[in-house]
Amino acid sequence: MVELIIIGAGPAGITAGVYAARKKINFLIISEDIGGQTALSADVENYTGYQFITGSELVAKFEEHLKQFSVELKVNESVKRITKISAITGTHFKVETAKGPYEAKSVIIASGRRPRWLSVKGEEGFRNKGVSYCATCDGPVFSGKVVAVIGGGNSALDATLQMIKIASKVYLININPKLAGDPVMRDKVESSAMVEVINNAATKEISGDKFVSGIKIEQAGVERKIDLQGIFVEIGSVPNSGIMDIVKKNESAEIIVDNLNRTSEPGIFAAGDVTDIPEKQIIVAAGEGAKAVLGASRYLSSLK
Amino acid sequence: MANIKVFSTPTCPYCVRLKNYLNEKNIPFEHIDVAGDQAGLQYMITVSGQMGVPVIMIDDYVIVGFDKDKIDAKLGL
Repeated sequence: MVELIIIGAGPAGITAGVYAARKKINFLIISEDIGGQTALSADVENYTGYQFITGSELVAKFEEHLKQFSVELKVNESVKRITKISAITGTHFKVETAKGPYEAKSVIIASGRRPRWLSVKGEEGFRNKGVSYCATCDGPVFSGKVVAVIGGGNSALDATLQMIKIASKVYLININPKLAGDPVMRDKVESSAMVEVINNAATKEISGDKFVSGIKIEQAGVERKIDLQGIFVEIGSVPNSGIMDIVKKNESAEIIVDNLNRTSEPGIFAAGDVTDIPEKQIIVAAGEGAKAVLGASRYLSSLK
Repeated sequence: MANIKVFSTPTCPYCVRLKNYLNEKNIPFEHIDVAGDQAGLQYMITVSGQMGVPVIMIDDYVIVGFDKDKIDAKLGL
């Protein structure tokens, strides 16, 4: 049994790892990937110390920092279940993945968020066959093609601005009456001749044969079909908290934490975008990861 | 030695991770940047049946994404 298991290796999980290593806590990290949402961010201009860095470069720096220490890092493993085991010798936790159970005296959940799905017909079947959740990754594949970006916030604007440089035409399909997001980006999108903004439009269906060839939208009760080859879904994100039933969550499924990153379950801490901390920022997640380890460290001392 | 092709875009983080991984292991591969190579892109779509990157082809065996376990198994790493 280890003292601590950190679930997730985004900014929160990796920072937690660095702090845990420096505190000489016996720990391991379990994560589906490295970098989480940060790895998929195009440009980061608000992480102190870097005036400009790409998401993947920042993640490489994080990883390099973590690997200064000899850390047990289990990547490509997703957690299936966390259970509490109460024994006379004390409480501990069992964290199960496809590769085996791991046991620890304390846990930090830093599992982050994932893109929200549209949940319309055709979306799942055409995933990676024209439907993408990452313009940064998949955008260049649609060179010269007609694409749609679904959404109306900053991530949709960002995807639209990326696709202007690549696609032949970009439809921005927004369910609300007006675009939200950063005014500077909004102006660029609205003044581009490449973009057709369609407000008040709900996406109904994604269609095609082997690959996407069209999208059906509905605007004020009228259906419209647009022929296109690519669809980027940018309608926000949901927390990766589905299996974390051991702790209390809010109505948005975010794990509730106090100002010391404690969850409702003593010994389980949480940090970063999976929690109910409203500011979903890389630098905030990193700071929360540090706080969570300091909290876990206090908890571990209290057991001795 | 297996003939290895990597299909990727310059901006996809998993593509970078995959290429770094092969370089770390000193495994030579042919790199096809599908952002600039339409024929390469079409070939990737045909062999993998999908449009997501990265795709790695080890001889005739196609793996979509940076699936380290599958790559290791195929290359005997």
